[in-house]
Amino acid sequence: MRVPPRLEQRFVKVVLWSMTAITVFVLLFIVAYILRRGLPVLSLSFLTENPHEMGRTGGIFSTIVGTLALTAMALAVATPLGVGTAIFLNEYTWESRVTRIIRFGADCLAGIPSIIFGLFGFILFVIKMGFGWSILSGGLTLAFMILPTIIRTSEEALRSVPRSYREVSLSLGSTKWQMVTRVILPSALPGIVTGVILSVGRSIGETAAVIFTAGSALRLPTSLFSSSRTMSVHFYILAREGISMPNAYGTAAVLVLSILLVNIVTYRLMHRFIRKYS
Amino acid sequence: MTGLDRKENFIRAVLLLTAFSAVSVLAVITVFIFAEGTPIMFRRGVGGFLFGLNWYPGEGRFGLLPMIVGSLEVTLGALLIGVPFALACAVVLTEFSSPRLRNILKPVIELLAGIPSVVYGFIGVVVLVPFIRETFGGPGFSVLAASIVLGIMILPTVISISIDALQALPPSYREGALAMGATRWQTVRMVLLPSARSGIVASIILGMGRAVGETMAVIMIAGNAAAVPRTPLDPVRTLTSNIALEMSYASGEHREALFATGVILFVIIMVLNTLANASSSRRARGKRG
Repeated sequence: MRVPPRLEQRFVKVVLWSMTAITVFVLLFIVAYILRRGLPVLSLSFLTENPHEMGRTGGIFSTIVGTLALTAMALAVATPLGVGTAIFLNEYTWESRVTRIIRFGADCLAGIPSIIFGLFGFILFVIKMGFGWSILSGGLTLAFMILPTIIRTSEEALRSVPRSYREVSLSLGSTKWQMVTRVILPSALPGIVTGVILSVGRSIGETAAVIFTAGSALRLPTSLFSSSRTMSVHFYILAREGISMPNAYGTAAVLVLSILLVNIVTYRLMHRFIRKYS
Repeated sequence: MTGLDRKENFIRAVLLLTAFSAVSVLAVITVFIFAEGTPIMFRRGVGGFLFGLNWYPGEGRFGLLPMIVGSLEVTLGALLIGVPFALACAVVLTEFSSPRLRNILKPVIELLAGIPSVVYGFIGVVVLVPFIRETFGGPGFSVLAASIVLGIMILPTVISISIDALQALPPSYREGALAMGATRWQTVRMVLLPSARSGIVASIILGMGRAVGETMAVIMIAGNAAAVPRTPLDPVRTLTSNIALEMSYASGEHREALFATGVILFVIIMVLNTLANASSSRRARGKRG
C-alpha cells in the first residue's frame, strides 16, 4: 500500500522533530545537571583557596592557575605558528601540491586523539628532552593539539577579507608584507581572535593529553618547570577516586561555566565579523 | 636588489617555514609513536599483538584483541545511537525549522561540542551507569553505557558538518524538486540527502574518529576489563583506555606495549582521516566540475 506523500511527511516530521527535541534536551540536561549540583558549592573561597588533603577540602585556586598557565603557554606557541601558516597559505602562495600537503597535514593533526598527543608529549618532552612533568611539557603538547584549529580559523578569517582591500593596498605601492600587517591582519583580527578563543576552550577542557605531560601536582606552580594540575585533571581525579563529590561538582561547574563563556564570546565575535563582510 | 626586496624574501621564507609546522608536528608524532611502539611488535610477532586474547603485562603477555574489539564495539554502538539523532537534527534544522529557531538551536548544539569529555564521563557515571545497572542488570559499567555516552559526544560533530553539507547544496536542487510537486520530505529524501551524501559520510567518519579516540569519558564508564565483552552489558576496555589506565606506572616492555597500542590506534585514525578527506574532497571536486 502506498502512503500518501502528505501523510508520510506529517508522520516523518513528528518523528524528526521529536528526535531533535530529545537531542537538545539531552545536551541541555548535562549542563543543567552539573550546574544545579555545582553552583551551590561555588564561593569566593572555593576559587581563591588552594586544595587541601588531596582536594577533599579547600578550593581549586592552584588548578585555576595551572589551567591558565598551560593555556597561555600553548597559545604563545601555537598562535604565531598557526597565523603564520594561514598567512602563507592565503597570501603568499597559490593552490598547489605544497598547499594541499600542508592542509592535509593540518586536517590529520586535527583528527589525532588527545591520548596520542599525551603519549607523544610524554616521550618527547617529559622523558627525552628532560622537561619532566611540567607546564612547559604540557603547554607544548597542547600547542600542537590546538595548532590545526588556529590554522583553519585564521585561514577562513583571511579569506573573508575582500579582494579589493589587497588591490588598493598594493596599488598604493605597499609591499606584500606591509599589505599583510597594515591592511589584512587588522581586518581579519576578529576572525583570528575567534579561533584563538576556541582553542582556549579546547585547552581548558583537555584531560588525557595534559595528565601525562603536566602531571597532577597540587602545589601552586612557580616556574615553567613545575608540574601542575589543571581543572579538568583535578575534576577527573576527584570524581574517579571518589575524593569529594561536592568539590568535584564545584570544579565541574567552574569548567562548564568557563567553556560556556568562551563559546559565547567566540560566537558573538564571529557574528560581528561575519556581518561586517557580508 | 633593494633592501625592501630582501626583507620581503626573508619574510616569505619565514612564513614558508611556519607553514610546515603542522606537517612537521604530524611527522614527528608519527615517528615517535612508531619508534617506541613497533620494535616490541616485531620482536614478539605482530600476530600475537593483534590477535592475542590475553593482556597480562606482568607476565609479558600483550594480546590486544580484546581492546581492538572493544574499541570497535563502542564506536559502532555510538554510531548506531548517535547518527540517527544527529541526521534528524541536521534535516530539521536545515529544512523544517524556521530560521529563528535554527539560529537559536545551532549555536546551542555547537556550544555543547566544547563540554569537556570528563564532564560527559562523569554524567555517565552518576546518571547512566546506575540506570543501566538497575534496569538491565550487570555492573552498569558496560559497552552499552560507553556507546550511549559516545553517541551523545559525537552529536555536535556530525550535526554541524551535516548541516554544512546540506546548506552547501545549490538552492536550485531544493526549488526544482518543490516546483515539481514533491513534498518537503520527498525533497529531502530523494534529492537533498543523496546529493549531500559525501559530506554526510565525511561527518559520520569524523564522528567515528572522535568516538575511537575518546579516552577519559570511556575510562570512567566502560568498566575497563581486558576481556572481549559477550553482551552489551559486559564491561569493556578500549585501546585508548588501555593506554591511559596503565601509562602512569608502566615501564620497560609494558610501556613499549602501550606505545604499540598507540600505533594501532594511530593507524585506525589515519585510515579514518584519509577516508573522510577523500569523501569530502570528492564533494568539492564534484561541485567545481
